[in-house]
Amino acid sequence: MISLAGRDILHAWGKFVFTGIGLGLLIGVTLTMAGVYRGMVDDAQVLLDNSAADLWIVQKDTLGPYAEPSNLPDDTWRAVANMPGVANAANVTYLTMQVVHDGGDTRALVTGIANTGPGSAGWPLRLLAGRQVSKNHYEAVADIASGFKLGDRVHIRRNSYLIVGLTQRMVSSSGDPMIFIPLLDAQQAQFLKSNDAIAQNRRRIQRNPVFNNPRNPEVLPAVLELQESNTQVNAVLVQLKAQAEPAQVAEDIRRWLRLQVYDREQMEGILVGKLIATSARQILMFLVILAVVSAAIVAFIIYTLTMGKIREIAVLKLIGTHNKTIVAMIIQQALALGVIGFIVGKIAATVWAPFFPKYVLLTTQDTISGLIAVLSMCVLASFVAIYAALRVNPADAVGG
Amino acid sequence: MSDFFKQKKLLTVFATIALLATAFIWVLLSSGPLAKIKIVVTEVQERQLEPALFGIGTVEARHTYRIASNTLGRAATLNVDVGASVEAGEILGMIDVVDLDEKINAQAALVDSNKARLSEAQARLDYTSKQAARYRKLLPSRSVSEEIDAAKQHEWTLARNQARSANSELLRAQAELLALHALRNDSYLRAPVSGLIIARHIDPGATVLAGQTLFELIDPEQLWIDVRFDQAGSKHLAQQQPAQIILRSQELQPHTGHVARLEWLADAVTEERRAKVLFTQQPQPAPSIGELAEVTVQLPLLASTPVINNAAIMRQNSQLGVWLIDQQQPVFQPITLGRSDLKGNVQVLSGLSAGQQVVLYSSKALTANSRVQQVEQLVDTP
Repeated sequence: MISLAGRDILHAWGKFVFTGIGLGLLIGVTLTMAGVYRGMVDDAQVLLDNSAADLWIVQKDTLGPYAEPSNLPDDTWRAVANMPGVANAANVTYLTMQVVHDGGDTRALVTGIANTGPGSAGWPLRLLAGRQVSKNHYEAVADIASGFKLGDRVHIRRNSYLIVGLTQRMVSSSGDPMIFIPLLDAQQAQFLKSNDAIAQNRRRIQRNPVFNNPRNPEVLPAVLELQESNTQVNAVLVQLKAQAEPAQVAEDIRRWLRLQVYDREQMEGILVGKLIATSARQILMFLVILAVVSAAIVAFIIYTLTMGKIREIAVLKLIGTHNKTIVAMIIQQALALGVIGFIVGKIAATVWAPFFPKYVLLTTQDTISGLIAVLSMCVLASFVAIYAALRVNPADAVGG
Repeated sequence: MSDFFKQKKLLTVFATIALLATAFIWVLLSSGPLAKIKIVVTEVQERQLEPALFGIGTVEARHTYRIASNTLGRAATLNVDVGASVEAGEILGMIDVVDLDEKINAQAALVDSNKARLSEAQARLDYTSKQAARYRKLLPSRSVSEEIDAAKQHEWTLARNQARSANSELLRAQAELLALHALRNDSYLRAPVSGLIIARHIDPGATVLAGQTLFELIDPEQLWIDVRFDQAGSKHLAQQQPAQIILRSQELQPHTGHVARLEWLADAVTEERRAKVLFTQQPQPAPSIGELAEVTVQLPLLASTPVINNAAIMRQNSQLGVWLIDQQQPVFQPITLGRSDLKGNVQVLSGLSAGQQVVLYSSKALTANSRVQQVEQLVDTP
């Protein structure tokens, strides 16, 4: 049996392929937009995954540490570590700042990690090169998105840090690369004012006779030191024992330590539901519009393709071809166009995704949904074309 | 001719389809769940670890002399300023106690007066002594009554006590005069040792309180680093261990030194242990006091054990371990870790043996079902 669709496609192969590629690029854009949305949500989730924590302990009545500032004394972790069900607890600080290197600067989330060893809460999960931080000062592990290389020196506040390891997909909820430095340095960096500000502050205090009393010269250095030291962290990350019940441990900490505790689900709610909600919805809205426009364009293309050979269809009808054969031809052509479009779209999206400045996550689920949607849209769109084709008068084949 | 074009067209069709199919298969295999995870493996090595302890500290003088005034006064002259080298005993300045000279004059007058009193008392003592003796001689001949003799003896006793009292008064006045002279002498601020003036807290003419520090003097040849080490891991720190010192001002020029003293008092707030590290040879130019320094203390070699890079350590289900590659499939192997060095090498106490291949880096998180592809490196490293 001769495939009418196949012969027709073969007849106008170039036109067909170029139409398919055009359609494919449109589908590629739609898939990419879905990837942008997924990437945005994934950035938020990956931040939580990277913490390797079961519970986040933050300042009471705050949504910290990601959505809101939170400060805790740096010995809170001791009390937390003693709670039943807690395997280990680690201090962590987060500070989004410009990290200076070689005359340029990069926006990054500087994370202070406690000296608890690799695999602990807050530490980079896996590396691409180099090693984890092993000194408790002036070493850093950076996400590869920051553009830093092993052996580079970066400046955070007044100290320079040696990049000893590179990691991947360690980003903040807004997609900024993370830089991991030892906690003591991070505490200092977080609250360290500029040298000018410190000097002005010293001058101001020196002018105050209460602090600068010649009868008691010890007071001034003590006050100045107090002003310039920091013993705060942003959160305590908790890993639970295998048999511990997160809700129970969280409730115990809330009750006895009077601190705010979030579990993974709640933290995800804060990040995805509150922090990136508006921008994610914005992208989602754009995705929906793009999907609708793509669907409309697919329908127009198929309709136009069918209408372009309406005279040939009339001839087919004139020579007694069954309607079924004509319907099959149009549907097959539409599906073939859809498949080519999808393949081109998938290839295009995969090829250009890494060039986006922020993460574009092309999930298998989205790909399958996209394929089903494209094929369904092709079939639906071909119904309009079929309706037009079946209504054509065979006499038109010989008419003017 | 038409057959030729037909064949050419078919060829184009197949070429296009083949191209699309190849690209699509490449996409499927290079991304998504079918893609292989690139890994870099390394071999577990059996060797001795050279652990070290890293800390930061500040340059300090081993001895700091705070030179203060003992009395309230005004800084009349200050002979030296910051940076001056002084010899032991050299006069650094003079504190003018407002009425000291007048007090000395008054005291000298008092001494003179007391001398006169003593002389008067002495004369009276001579006279009464002679009178008492004379009357005592006359008493046996009954030329004088016993009452008169007793009165003369009494006068002599009084005169003796007056003379002693006058003498004591004179000694007291002289001692007070000496004290005032000592005070005057002390108003000259002298360097207790030879050294360098690192701080001068007042300017000439300023009023100085008793006990207020005016100068700070150090021995510039005796500098050391007050280092803070994390308490965790500081168990093996001991005196005389060799250390490398990097001063912030001389980053490219490390100095050598050794642990001179381990402090008994730890910093309870920062949870750090303090130690003093002395330079083997004093840096030239000498660093400023308070300058930041990085100190790496070399600890004794450890026993030979299997050693891995800390980048290979992963946590799965609350267990630390590494991914081994067994017939192209990753297998998670729980391990027990020992001590580590500053280069990121960690001792493996159990779970691994030398020669085993472990995953060092991976392009994605591994699971037991991951398909892996071994590569040399994941990113270009310099």
